[in-house]
Amino acid sequence: MNDTRTPLTQNVRADGAAATLEEYCRTGGYRGLARAVRELTPQAVQQEVKDAGLRGRGGAGFPAGVKWGLVPMDVAAGQKYLVVNADEMEPGTFKDRYLMERDPHQLIEGVAIAAYAIQASVAYIFLRGEYHLAAERLRRAIRDAEQGGYLGRDIGGSTFALDVHLHSSAGRYICGEETALLNSLEGKRATPRAKPPFPQISGLWGRPTVVNNVETLCNVPHILRNGSSWYRALGKGADAGTKLFGASGRVRRPGLWELPMGTSIREIIEDHAGGMREGYRLRGLLPGGASTDFLLPEHLDLPMEFDAIARAGSRMGTGTMIVLDDRTCPVQMVLNLERFFAQESCGWCTPCRDGLPWTVRILEDLVAGRGRPEDLMQLERLCRMMGPGNTFCALAPGAAEPLQSALAYFRDDFERYLPRQTEVA
Amino acid sequence: MWTAKLHMDAPDDVLTAQEIAEIRQELAHYPNQSAASIEALKVIQKHRGWVPDASLKAVAALLDMSPEALDSVATFYNLIFRRPVGRTVILCCNSVSCWMLGADLVGEKLSEHLGIGFGQTSPDGAYTLLPIVCLGACDHAPVVMVGERLHHDVAPDTVAALLAEAETGAEPAESTS
Repeated sequence: MNDTRTPLTQNVRADGAAATLEEYCRTGGYRGLARAVRELTPQAVQQEVKDAGLRGRGGAGFPAGVKWGLVPMDVAAGQKYLVVNADEMEPGTFKDRYLMERDPHQLIEGVAIAAYAIQASVAYIFLRGEYHLAAERLRRAIRDAEQGGYLGRDIGGSTFALDVHLHSSAGRYICGEETALLNSLEGKRATPRAKPPFPQISGLWGRPTVVNNVETLCNVPHILRNGSSWYRALGKGADAGTKLFGASGRVRRPGLWELPMGTSIREIIEDHAGGMREGYRLRGLLPGGASTDFLLPEHLDLPMEFDAIARAGSRMGTGTMIVLDDRTCPVQMVLNLERFFAQESCGWCTPCRDGLPWTVRILEDLVAGRGRPEDLMQLERLCRMMGPGNTFCALAPGAAEPLQSALAYFRDDFERYLPRQTEVA
Repeated sequence: MWTAKLHMDAPDDVLTAQEIAEIRQELAHYPNQSAASIEALKVIQKHRGWVPDASLKAVAALLDMSPEALDSVATFYNLIFRRPVGRTVILCCNSVSCWMLGADLVGEKLSEHLGIGFGQTSPDGAYTLLPIVCLGACDHAPVVMVGERLHHDVAPDTVAALLAEAETGAEPAESTS
């Protein structure tokens, strides 16, 4: 049986083990792949995913089918690659690990369909180094899929062939940036590349390459199996499909839930996460990981949708929210975030390499009672300097998001750290 | 061909046959040799705990890279160790969700029990304590990874039990979030 309301988590076992190939196939697994390679042209697969309105689940929300559509499809394009961004390292995010550990075949089928859609014959899963259990389960699943005829030669009786390799990474948040990831996969330091050219034209070893997030690809088998109109209807509002939403922080039941796109923040925090812990009140939240702007209690009724959250001045990001309670200092929380970004900067471009440690020093001084009145203005200036358009990649602009919104929303908390003005005679 | 270089530049006294075989297996996944650099360094680390200079040079020769180029890769990544580490590496998450729920206190307790600070190795060579970024289990914050095993919902008063378990080398539990 195919659970049509929660397709992504339908095979998740209560005992924590990975769904086996047999279990995966029992709910319709690998039928989407069979349909794609037997009945559809690669372009038709791209169109189905475009029609479904699947937007990237790694944080940016770019339409997956459109991304695929930028890959040259003529025979002369030669070797192409599909790369899975499984480098989940955005603080507060814990959805891709769950999907890989619990239902690895769902990802593999998504990889195979995406590779078929762009006619790539090699795929790499770029997995963060600390995800040992996911690595073990993916290796096993790749082997089983090869033996089952879902990977390798003549997939599903067609002429389509695909090899999937697992690359276990060695750390650094910057690897999640897609061009830095490609450099890392080439065995280099993970510094981002200039865009254009975009990876779809010149990616891994200069070949056309698509980089997709784990959760994005996990949606693909269901779209191919059940069709784009079914998929669109899963969403509550503007965005299609379901999504793994999460909450961490001082909520009663931190966790992860597959819910329709467009589910309200209130429903996620109050119903699914059980509201705030006894004695704590909600002060704010980062809707989709560390690199998203704060939202306030007044935003609770917003639907978790890319455009709705953007209109409120933030980003849905990874959809796993970090909840700020009234007994956690927002300034210290932002200091924790900025330390992370400063440490993880690859050092390639100046606003990020110098701006982030500068930001951290100012925040440290503030918290230590050594703040100066002009510091808050300087922090705002740094947010602008590290903002979009001034940096090579999205790391520093992402780092500026929680800081700029905290400065706007929690101004009093920052000012409270400033030493009292000394009386001037 | 890199197979020819094996015999010239990677004598058995530097890389073991096992290491060479495992690196060769990784090389098969990539169209050029240097692409396997990170995987190759991880092979060395799996067998030796860290990447000594001599191994780095031998791997560089194997991959047709200069030792400097390979070292620039090695030193970029925080999970490649260019200095000796303890038999078990403890990674203590200090990212935002864990921080909010008391990761600092867990870190202090770990440090106190082991008698070492972050970045240090215990004198008996058993443990190295390191901070780590978000381990992707924020619904079970604070989390600590001991070797390859992820521990959920760690509190200062469960640190002793966690280390005792590491001592007995208990079987890795399945991570269930």
